[in-house]
Amino acid sequence: MFRLRKLWTWAVCLALTLNFLAPSLALAAKAKANVVIVADTRKLDGLLYWWAEMYNESHLLFAIMTMIIIPFLGCILGWLADIVMNHIGIDLQHRDLAEK
Amino acid sequence: MDWLYILMPISGVNIFWPGLIILGLGVGIIGGFFGLGGAWMVTPGLNILGFPMAFAIGTDVAQMAGKSLISTMRHGKFGNVDYLLGITMLIGTVVGVEIGAQMVMWLEKIGSVDKVVRWLYVVLLVLLAWLVFHDVWLRRKKEREAQAQNRELDKSATGVDWATKLQAIRIPPVIHFKYAGITCSAWLPIIVSLFTGWLAGILGIGGGLIRMPALVYLVGCPTHLAVGTDLFEVAISGLYGTASYAYKGRVELMAALIMLCGAAIGAQIGVVATKYVKGYGIRFVFGLAVLGCLMSVVLKLLQAEFPSAGWWLSPLATVEVLGFVSAISIYIAIRMVQGAKAELAAKKTAGNS
Repeated sequence: MFRLRKLWTWAVCLALTLNFLAPSLALAAKAKANVVIVADTRKLDGLLYWWAEMYNESHLLFAIMTMIIIPFLGCILGWLADIVMNHIGIDLQHRDLAEK
Repeated sequence: MDWLYILMPISGVNIFWPGLIILGLGVGIIGGFFGLGGAWMVTPGLNILGFPMAFAIGTDVAQMAGKSLISTMRHGKFGNVDYLLGITMLIGTVVGVEIGAQMVMWLEKIGSVDKVVRWLYVVLLVLLAWLVFHDVWLRRKKEREAQAQNRELDKSATGVDWATKLQAIRIPPVIHFKYAGITCSAWLPIIVSLFTGWLAGILGIGGGLIRMPALVYLVGCPTHLAVGTDLFEVAISGLYGTASYAYKGRVELMAALIMLCGAAIGAQIGVVATKYVKGYGIRFVFGLAVLGCLMSVVLKLLQAEFPSAGWWLSPLATVEVLGFVSAISIYIAIRMVQGAKAELAAKKTAGNS
């Protein structure tokens, strides 16, 4: 029991050390160049143009909008799919655990 | 045939959109069934469709969040989600994912992100495949031994049993997870999730590929509970990952939304299929899925090492990924249809009598 605990502590310490050392090692390497991506809006119009413009102007706003749209659409689509499954007649409330 | 292609506003690449829907459908089925985000096929899949690797990772994380939310809602109604365990694991996952995501940005600066991600994939997949098949083999061995002694094997018997030893390490606070039916130190799920979160952040996946087996083999969750709880985790960590990658400008929302349309249908098929398949059945097919993933990543690595052979390795990798995803998805869909048919027939019979 004591040896297992000691081994566990070692494993945890090693994992944590790796977590914090690895980024430092990567940072220590010579950097090539900063990667800056700008959306090309010349071929876009309407909603896509607005979206790309927002990306170019503020990544924060872009991130917030993405965070709102993804779960919202996920819930809507899940709800619609639920209706279809219920319509088929499958029991969507119960299941038996066959084994561990 | 121009109408089959759509211009992505952020990355500026033209993408074959039916490919996105098919990929979404496949990942929805497989993800809902195994409790995975499915990045192992989506990230290379998006890369194959034409996205640069950094965008493929970010976009994948975004669609994964939405799809896993759909699957979690369904698994939750089956009672397959231990929310307390999921929330406990979130602590480690969030810290781990952020460290991993930062590492990807640093690796991108030094220009080696693709290679590191793919090599990490290979090592991880080899270990996972070994673990799953070793477990299934041990379980079968126990079954044969029980048969030889003319007795029935205990339903809760497992092949690999590391979880019992790990659960015995009772460093306070000790928590009882009611739905999963396990009692262990809170540090066990936290540390497991820190490690899996770190790997997930680097690989740009929700972590399900690692966390689902980790929940089964290290934390000691029953398979169905591991699938549901993991999807809850994938949904939350996916949302966090989406915010992180979107802020770094690496998410192509339009592609994620197109994929979600297919994934919504696929997720329902995959989750409902878990009603009709036993836990070890899920583990075995999971092992096959890991092997398929391994093959696709090795083919990609060979392509990078031998560019002159790229003319045949590239289409082979595409065929392999799409073929494997299709085969497993079709298998799961068939099991779901068979199970649903039997259930409806039983209901009809019960109604008539």
